[in-house]
Parts: sequence; structure tokens; C-alpha cells
Amino acid sequence: MSSNRESFMHGKQLTKVFGFGQQKVTAVQAVDFDFHRGEIISIVGESGSGKTTLAKMIMGLLKESSGTIEYKGKTRQLKRHAERKAYWKDIQAIFQDPFASFNMFHKVEKLLLDCIKLQGLQLTKDERFAKMKEACSFVNLKFEELYNKYPFELSGGQMQRLMIARIFMLHPKVLIADEPTSMVDACSRSTILDMLLKLRDENNMTIIFITHDVGLAYYISDTIYIMEKGKIVERGTAEEVILSPQHPYTKQLIADVPKIHEAWNLG
Amino acid sequence: MTKNILEVKGLKTYYRTRLKEQVFAVDGVDFVLEEGKTLGIAGESGCGKSTLALSLMGFYFPPLHYQSGSIVINGIDIMKLKKEELRSKILGREIAYIPQAAMNALNPTLKIIRFIEDMMKVHRPELSKKQVWEMAAERFETLNLSPNVLNSFPNELSGGMKQRTVIAISTILNPKVLIADEPTSALDVSSQKVVIKLLKDLLDKQFIKSLVFITHELPLLYHVTDDIMVMYAGEIVERGTSHEMIFDSIHPYTKKLMGSIIVPEEGMKGHKLSAIPGAPPNLKNVPAGCRFSDRCSYATDACMTGKVESKMVDDRTYRCLYDVEILKEWYAHE
Repeated sequence: MSSNRESFMHGKQLTKVFGFGQQKVTAVQAVDFDFHRGEIISIVGESGSGKTTLAKMIMGLLKESSGTIEYKGKTRQLKRHAERKAYWKDIQAIFQDPFASFNMFHKVEKLLLDCIKLQGLQLTKDERFAKMKEACSFVNLKFEELYNKYPFELSGGQMQRLMIARIFMLHPKVLIADEPTSMVDACSRSTILDMLLKLRDENNMTIIFITHDVGLAYYISDTIYIMEKGKIVERGTAEEVILSPQHPYTKQLIADVPKIHEAWNLG
Repeated sequence: MTKNILEVKGLKTYYRTRLKEQVFAVDGVDFVLEEGKTLGIAGESGCGKSTLALSLMGFYFPPLHYQSGSIVINGIDIMKLKKEELRSKILGREIAYIPQAAMNALNPTLKIIRFIEDMMKVHRPELSKKQVWEMAAERFETLNLSPNVLNSFPNELSGGMKQRTVIAISTILNPKVLIADEPTSALDVSSQKVVIKLLKDLLDKQFIKSLVFITHELPLLYHVTDDIMVMYAGEIVERGTSHEMIFDSIHPYTKKLMGSIIVPEEGMKGHKLSAIPGAPPNLKNVPAGCRFSDRCSYATDACMTGKVESKMVDDRTYRCLYDVEILKEWYAHE
């Protein structure tokens, strides 16, 4: 895989400060990163360590206080409408709460149809249906059963899979998955993780996976960044970080997760 | 011989829909919990785990209704009690419950001590406010929680802290059994560990005698509970000790469930996770034979139609048409 790995997104000294004066909180502090095409990167940390803030800066939803992001060899600019539109064509996100990700007034058919419209494709009705069916079968959903339903009629796992179907139709270059599995049960979780891996393999997509569970990060990712209080304290390949952690915080995180072949020290 | 603290026999409870249909979320559940033991209940979402917890408490508020079966807590059949008796004698004293969204159960306009005072008004009316405070402060201190928490509002506490506070409040009367319904699923791994530590503390210090722990995180159950019980579509499909259930499961559903475990251990990378196709059946019309038959990769025609009873093999119960030896052989071929 390393042969087709072109590095295409860099962060340089990214910092985000909320508030000012005494209320000042530095959520993300001087973070450097280096993402390659077709790589799955996990950002792991406790709640409040700045993972989501970092992700929102990468998405361009939050403006960085200082530092730059370099995308495809150029410094990312989001000032003009055309620039934002071009950037957001390449980047998509899945959020934690599937119940809050969809417009509750639209049926599944309309939700999927929007993805076709966004790409500006001129298709006949049959072609549109074929495309939607293909996306649904990619995530093991049956389009015939779902198209006439509203999002709240689906289960959490189904909604999260529908979200992945939308990502599949839009085929962005970068996908940010912000704790996509924290609100679904263990069975749907393995389905979703396998789908993310399939998305990467088939479309050479870069996936930024945010989680607090080192187990998930180890299973899915190539590279892991460990984040503590806004700083990256350790980074490396999944094997390096999980099997021989260097930083005490990483060791702590791994010790906090219950395992099945080792005793769990609660002390 | 140890005493049975919780005995459930043939429990059937259902939800009545608007169309007056009966949806059995708990359909003939039998189990026994001995004093000093902990029991984990696992299963996918929508299998009736939380409904079972509510039913055990005697929380029958519409649309949930009771049909048949008995629930004996510490020698008292709670289905024979009146509502008021249940409230004053059983709830909080014999059995306590931590709901799934326990952190949000605290009224944000009341200080923590007020919840304890309210509880004492019903159960220990002879205590003065000062005595209640002293009692609460002492309990909080033994559980490594700061007594200052009592004087703060819920929104001043973090998620993990709120969860621990709720657990401390609900066990203040030393109930025999504590039912914890997904107490850690909204927390991150570090807070989760602290909450588990608190539950272990309660057990070690004999404040609670037994624990029923509901979750879908199997590695967690492995470390917390003695026994694991797996539920599917309102029925118990298998029960055994934690070690047996994780490493040597009998029922195909348990086997698949164990295949979805993800832990940060060597060999996990590139390990094929087992995903179960489809979703649990709609409880309105469950399959006629084995309820797992439509998703089971080993299912035969006999599974689709034949009535499946639960079987007992060396202290382990499981609900499958086939014998252990046949199932083991199938697994070995995979």
C-alpha cells in the first residue's frame, strides 16, 4: 500500500483558542499532522481532549486561531464561496448522533436524491434509482423497503449505514468519522467498521476516525494520533502505538480498556 | 447452600400498541440469581434487555403490561404486592435500578442532597435533615466521592461524576440487588473504569449483595460479572459463566456476538469480525420455530418450524435445536 501513498494534507502548528482573557481555553495546541491518500488515521483521546475541535478545523467548520492546513500542495483558503464549495466537495463527515444527522421531514428517497443533485448529474429516473439502489446494497440495506420511510422510523444502526450510503454516492477524498459507533451496539459496530474499511479499499479514501476506544482505533487504522489536552502526545503506526506505547498517557488509555486475555487492573 | 436473592419464573410482559396488539418484549424468561453473585445480560439493541430490567422492578406503567410469571426478590413475590407496598418496601430497599440515561435523571434545579432527603422521607421518616446529611456524607466518603458533591447542582458535575452520584444515591438504603442498565455506555473509557470501580466497591463493602449488569460491551462483562446471560428476541438463548460464554459459547448467536468483540490486543488487527446479517426480528411477529433461525448460518428447515425449548448441559442452559456435540463439530469446520 505504501507505494501509492501520496501525502496530500498537512497541518502545521494548528491552534484553536476559545474565549479570551481569563476565560481563555486552548482546545487544540500546535498540532502537526500529515495525512496520506488511502490511509485510515485514528485520533484517540478522552472526552475534552480536543479531538472534535481538531476535526472541525480540518472540515473547515471552525476557523483556526493560528497555523495552516495545506491541502493538495496549496495552503487551504476558505474565504471565498467558490473556495469553500470546492473544498467541501472533497471532504465529508459522519457524526456521532445518527438521529441528528438527517432532516426529519425528508424521506430516505429524498435524502439520497440530494446526493445526486449535489454532484450536478443529469440522470434519467431509472439511472437515479439504479444509483440509489447500488449505494444501499453497498451498506446491506434494502432500498425497496426503505425509500418510503422517514429517518425516525429506522434504527440507529440503519441510520448510520444510510449515512455511509450517502458518503458512498458522493465519494469524497476525505471522510471524517467522529465517533460513528458510540451510539450503536457491538454488532452494528462491527458492520460499520467493515464498511468504512471497504470504502477505503474501493475508493482510496482517506478516513479520519475519531474515537475514545483504543481497541477500535487499533482494529481499523493504519496510523494513530494520541491526543491529550489539545496536544498530540504520541503518533505512529497502529502496531507501534498500541503494542509498544511510549507515552504514559497512551499506556493509561490502553490500561483503561477491558481486555479478554489479560487481567484488568482496577486499582 | 447459598440463598437465591432473585428468582424469576416464566415471566411474560408485553407492550400494548395503539392497535391493541400485544408485543412480547420479555417472553418466558426463567433465571435465578444467588446471593453474592453478579449476572450480566448481553444482546443486541431491541432484544428486550431493558424491558426485562423494568419488569424485574415491577415498573408496569402503560404501555408496558404484565401477563404471567413470578418474580421473587429475597423471598417476597412482588407481583402479589400492592403498588404502595411495592414502593415503600421493595424499591430502594430490596432492589434498586439505575436507568440507561441516569445522568439525565437528576433535576438540574435541585442540589444532590435534596434527592437523598426525598428518598428518606418515604423510607426513613424518623431521620432529621442533619442525620440524613451525616449519613449521606459518610456513605459518599466510603465510596471515595467528595461530600462536597452533596451541596452542588447536577450541572456542576461531569458525566462520570453524575453517574457515580446516581449510583451512590440509589444504593444508599443498601438494596439487596442493584440493576444497572448500560451505566457506562455514554462515558469514555477512563470514566467507565471509575464507574466500574465504584460498583466493585459497593459489592466488596457489602452495600449491595448482588448485581445485574446490562450492557452490550462483552469485554466489560467478562471482568465485572460471574455469569453472562444472552437475550435474543425476548428469550434467553444461553447462560453460563463469563469465561465459558466468551471462550466456549454453545449457541450460534452467542458465538457470533463474541466474534464482534474488539480489544486492543495482539492479533486483533486484520482479524475478521463477525457481523450478523439483518436485524433482530420485529417482536410483533416472531419466527415460528427458533427465533434466530432466519439469521443463523447453520439453520435447517427443522429450525424454522420446530418448537425450541431450552436445554440444560452441566449447569449451562441454551436454547437451540441441536446438541452441543453437533454444534461444536460445525464450529470446528469453520
